Amino acid sequence: MANESGGGILSNNEFLTFTLGNEEYGIDILKVQEIRGYDAVTRIANTPEFIKGVINLRGIIVPIVDMRIKFRLTQISYDQFTVVIILSLGHRIVGIVVDSVSDVLTLKPEQIRPTPELSAALDTRYILGLGTVDERMLILVDIEKLMSSSEMALIAEAV
Amino acid sequence: MSIDISQFYKIFFDEADEHLSTMESLLLALDVTDPGMEELNAIFRAAHSIKGGSSTFGFDDMTAVTHVLESLLDRLRKQEMKLTDAMVNVFLEAGDVIRMQLDAHRGEGAVDQDVVRAVCGKLERLAGGSAPVARATPHGVTATAQGGIAREPLPAAAEEADQGYGLFAAVSDAATQPAGPGYGFFADEPLPVAAQQDRADAAQGYGFFEELAPVAVPVPRTAHRSGDDEEGQVTELRRASDQAAGADTSIRVHVEKLDQLINLVGELVITQAMLAQSAASADSALYEKLKSGLHQLERNTRDLQEVVMSVRMLPISVVFSRFPRMVRDLAGKLGKQVELKMLGAGTELDKGLIEKIADPLTHLVRNSLDHGIESPEMRRAAGKPEQGVITLMASHQGGNIVIEVADDGGGLNRARILDKARERGLPVRDDMSDQEVWMLIFEAGFSTAEIVTDVSGRGVGMDVVKRNIGAMGGRVEIDSAAGAGTRITIRLPLTLAILDGLSVAVGEQTYIIPLGCIIESLLMKESDLRTVSGGGHLMHVRGEYLPLLALREVFKLPCAAANPDTRIVVIVESEGRKIALEVDELLGQYQVVIKSLEVNFRKLPGISGATITGDGSVALIVDVAALRMH
Repeated sequence: MANESGGGILSNNEFLTFTLGNEEYGIDILKVQEIRGYDAVTRIANTPEFIKGVINLRGIIVPIVDMRIKFRLTQISYDQFTVVIILSLGHRIVGIVVDSVSDVLTLKPEQIRPTPELSAALDTRYILGLGTVDERMLILVDIEKLMSSSEMALIAEAV
Repeated sequence: MSIDISQFYKIFFDEADEHLSTMESLLLALDVTDPGMEELNAIFRAAHSIKGGSSTFGFDDMTAVTHVLESLLDRLRKQEMKLTDAMVNVFLEAGDVIRMQLDAHRGEGAVDQDVVRAVCGKLERLAGGSAPVARATPHGVTATAQGGIAREPLPAAAEEADQGYGLFAAVSDAATQPAGPGYGFFADEPLPVAAQQDRADAAQGYGFFEELAPVAVPVPRTAHRSGDDEEGQVTELRRASDQAAGADTSIRVHVEKLDQLINLVGELVITQAMLAQSAASADSALYEKLKSGLHQLERNTRDLQEVVMSVRMLPISVVFSRFPRMVRDLAGKLGKQVELKMLGAGTELDKGLIEKIADPLTHLVRNSLDHGIESPEMRRAAGKPEQGVITLMASHQGGNIVIEVADDGGGLNRARILDKARERGLPVRDDMSDQEVWMLIFEAGFSTAEIVTDVSGRGVGMDVVKRNIGAMGGRVEIDSAAGAGTRITIRLPLTLAILDGLSVAVGEQTYIIPLGCIIESLLMKESDLRTVSGGGHLMHVRGEYLPLLALREVFKLPCAAANPDTRIVVIVESEGRKIALEVDELLGQYQVVIKSLEVNFRKLPGISGATITGDGSVALIVDVAALRMH
């Protein structure tokens, strides 16, 4: 029951893992719609740098966020290996750019540790916990909460 | 019947709504002194259909009101009574009551039983044979207004009158309603029930009214009528089946499904364009093979798109039809004599626009009546006929719908508008053109009531009208001449979903500028450029100095300015103000399907939406009105 405090979102324990720089992240697999390569985007003026622009996803206009810029990584390149994870969050569809997608992991509750207090580019509010798989450490992100937060500037304020 | 009839409620509600509207427009078009038999019969049929439907579904309160209404109408059409203005007024009131009850059954709003009782009482008094009591003064006034309206028969009335009519042909009018034959349920079902109901009424009196007053409807008459019903029933049923077989059929479809269809066709158009583009880059032998097929596909998708778009189109009479009643009532209240002329009611426009244009138009018509048309005395003094004329006109002009609201009233008062504007601290000059002065009344908080008359204004202001129309991609213009009247012209795009746009390149990005805003595009010479210290650039175009904005700066694109000698400038206009927009290249004119950015993203400054270009990439649509703010 103590796990509940980590967020009811963990009811499903399957995570899609991806890398950003040297770190590994995990997000709830049920929020992922599809994974695709990085295409040219249409730039949008007056938006934060990490919002790359919008793409046409089979007739739907989808904003693309580069998580590497958001998390202030230094090495950012766009090549044929650059991956976009298309997320389906409630009624909204958003794409995030990551370095690479690794695999899908099932984590048992005991493999998930609470988040220690730390100052990172990613506010701990959006971290569900740390997952441990052998020697790997996964940062489990509450992607829905992060994407709908005001700092992502994806949603009009004062809705 | 053991079937669950609640699933048919929605159909009944829609049909009853239509019958009520038909009844209202017919009543308004009725010439009191010489009512046409056809019209009276049509009104009767509408009332009868509502009654039949409501009793089938057990909405007894509606049945009760329509029953009294119907009885009176029956006597009228049998020429046992003479139609009076008072009757028309009570009929209209009864229509309102039935609508109120209908809304209550729908779960919207409540029924005010006092009003119901009052109207039923009036109807019964009229039906009771006692000479209609001379009613209070307003009727005298409204009578004239109503007579005026009658000169311009509504299309619906004309249509209805053309219908063949047999005794008690409630069915034939169901056939004229779009959904009637398709469902058939109401066409033949209600009648037996209605007939039974009538018999029951005759036998036991009418439950609802027992407590109110002695049943004024003569019982023998009802009994006699139900006899008619029985005889008519057989022929009616036969007629209904005949009509269902050969009639122009229609079905009701949820708007959502239509929108889905339109979206899909939009996708198809884009896919087709993508195919065409990639085929063009294929090697020439292959391209030759593909070419004819692709041409065919292009033609077919265009046709399909046109057809699908037309499905959403509705005649503007849907909006216009509310005005005769409104003008009649308001003219009566204000003691004015007004004739309402409606032209081009068959002009079709997108359903989305129809819904949005209704409120602004209502406001404009009200304004014309309230502030435009003068009182009969003033009109006489000015040497004009006592009856004022308000003209509503709709027409297609190019890719636009033009709607005009014109009156022959006093016109706008230039001096007072200027005074008022100064009072409010707006920047005005005495040498402003009339056009500019008239546009001032669209400023926020600028009550027309204060300007033109002393009658207080009501509801939304003209600024809201303008904003609503602007939001639809439309424009408003005013013409006015003192003493001769005012004409307000609204220009709207044909549809909300598709936009004619000029595609321009800025750096590597493509933007769409709505064609409706574009005045011209030209090559700018260095010599046309003027600078204002600390305040950007101006461009000199044929004696005018226009603010010059470079799109690459507006959208902060990281690309170099083009060669100063070959700069391309697009002159755009929004809300009466012109701007010169500098772009890198003109790519061509396209019809684009507008996609909302807000579905997955948010509203962006300077951008009104997005579209998908032939190569599958996203192009943003420039919001010209918002550019002015920069």
